[in-house]
Amino acid sequence: MTTHAPVPRPRETTARAASVFLSTHPRARLALLLTAPLFWLGLVYIVALVLLLVTAFWSVDSFTGQISQTWTLDNIITVLTGSLYQTVTLRTLGVALLVTIIDVALALPIAFYMAKVATPRMQRILVIAVLTPLWASYLVKAYAWRSVLSQDGILEWLVAPFGGSTPGYGLPATIITLSYLWLPYVILPIYAGLERVPDSLLEASGDLGARTWPTLRHVVLPLALPAIIAGTIFSFSLSLGDYITVNIVGGANQMLGNLVYTNVGAANNLPLASAIALIPIVIIFGYLFLVRRTGALDNL
Amino acid sequence: MTDSQPAIRLTGLTKEFGAVTAVDHVDLEIAAGEFFSMLGPSGSGKTTVLRLIAGFEQPTEGTIELFGKDVTKRAPFDRDVNTVFQDYALFPHMSVLENVAYGLRVRGMGRRERHERAMRALAAVRLEQMASRKPSQLSGGQRQRIALARATVVEPKVLLLDEPLGALDLKLREQMQVELKQIQRELGITFIFVTHDQEEALTLSDRIAVFNNGRIEQLGTPAELYERPASRFVADFVGTSNLFDDARSRALLGRAGEHSVRPEKLTVGTAELEGDGVRNAWGTVVEAIYLGSGIRIVVDLDAGTRVTVLEQNDRNRAHDDERGDRVVVTWHDADVIALEASDVRLPDAAAPAPA
Repeated sequence: MTTHAPVPRPRETTARAASVFLSTHPRARLALLLTAPLFWLGLVYIVALVLLLVTAFWSVDSFTGQISQTWTLDNIITVLTGSLYQTVTLRTLGVALLVTIIDVALALPIAFYMAKVATPRMQRILVIAVLTPLWASYLVKAYAWRSVLSQDGILEWLVAPFGGSTPGYGLPATIITLSYLWLPYVILPIYAGLERVPDSLLEASGDLGARTWPTLRHVVLPLALPAIIAGTIFSFSLSLGDYITVNIVGGANQMLGNLVYTNVGAANNLPLASAIALIPIVIIFGYLFLVRRTGALDNL
Repeated sequence: MTDSQPAIRLTGLTKEFGAVTAVDHVDLEIAAGEFFSMLGPSGSGKTTVLRLIAGFEQPTEGTIELFGKDVTKRAPFDRDVNTVFQDYALFPHMSVLENVAYGLRVRGMGRRERHERAMRALAAVRLEQMASRKPSQLSGGQRQRIALARATVVEPKVLLLDEPLGALDLKLREQMQVELKQIQRELGITFIFVTHDQEEALTLSDRIAVFNNGRIEQLGTPAELYERPASRFVADFVGTSNLFDDARSRALLGRAGEHSVRPEKLTVGTAELEGDGVRNAWGTVVEAIYLGSGIRIVVDLDAGTRVTVLEQNDRNRAHDDERGDRVVVTWHDADVIALEASDVRLPDAAAPAPA
């Protein structure tokens, strides 16, 4: 044995005493960890949401423009029975559904390639490629599509030789642009979900005699379903609430968001705006309720 | 082995992953009905050979024949071989019954018939009462048996097993070894078993191929491999060996070349023994390890090498050896294994040549 200096013992400092206290008091530890975020969550999320809900049951004095805090169901009834609101709700729902279907159809093969076929290097490149558009401003991307879809835009130039033409501004343009905007949010959860499916399951399916399609149908899709639904929650709810894209490329069409916007601003009717804003919230809750049993909520 | 065709014939099989040669010109014939093991350390190429036979990988060179038919270019679903995966690869979203019936389902068999057959396969592994459970509700040993039932229900000609017992604890392993052997005998099909556990390979196999660096180092029955290892690698990997290099062999064994002696062939005593072919070497006990059924004694020989002796824990044990004791290690010339073909014997060696 060679002689050397002993390993230094820990010194008694205040910080050390505090650490000792925390390590023996798990509740104090938890309180320290969660107080700030819970305060934030409670104030910003819950209070704001409750205020919205409450405002929907108030009314506006049409003479003074002041909100009068007397309880009324008028706003809710207007929103439920007015033909304008019914049409716009159906239109918004249709756009959100189509965007979701297009995004899933595009995201599935891309995510499958990323998770199961690509080399690790290619995988990293693709993840970055999928994330890159999220670094650009939403507005810039929407205006980019406006220029792509315009009568003298790149799309017209591309398809004109084949007898096609750009759809111009309107609901198809809105659907195309929204599909583009939300695609990364659909690809990423599906990619993460497929990544978790062990390769050996695909090999086992082939080994037992299943060709490509039966393997996809019986093994890959059922296992990826929760992740797919997680992706659709993003594209569906983001589309339901959007009003900028439809303003930029949607022509004269309105979606629920536009009605909220005009009622808050030009019409100065916050209670009615709140009542309209409740529609997508109710729809989303209905959707979440439907899919909660698939385990999709664990994949968000 | 009534079939004239071998179940599997590999010819010049080579697989390269980039610059790495995982399998290097392997030629191998496996007879029908054989329990064949591929044994080797990790990275020796044994699992790659199995995956090539299953069709999960395409060989860089060489051919794979299944009962005389070239299947090299065929997809996994087009080959009459099935695999029991190391992680079992049971489908987590299907019940046990659906898992076992899967191979029949994708072949288009009707619901009732495939469930009947799957139940029979489950009964064969004594798990019919688990049919409606999900794989996650089963223990490791039960999953193992489900994987076996799922692979055998489609009646393959050859069953590939990729370290199937690797994840089980010792008791369960030993129990599953017996069961595997029984199932193989009942089904009468060829089993190709990949393992890194030499004891498991020795216990189960009709024949074993020892893999090293992508090549077959030695091919033979368990007894052949154990009693007559062809190389230093096999002697070291299959069982434990006391290896003697050329110089030590000349000094201690009286012959040139590399040699090996198994620990159980050596005995430790306090006095030299006499006899035809009996050899003695003095040394000092370094360690005596009590194993229950036996005692492992490590001795530093005066000739400058360390040997391990395995003694049975029985009445013949004369005394308890302790660290530092002076002892004689004794063995018989017949138990010395020559590891190289060029075994030039010195003129004074009187003992008969080892087999």
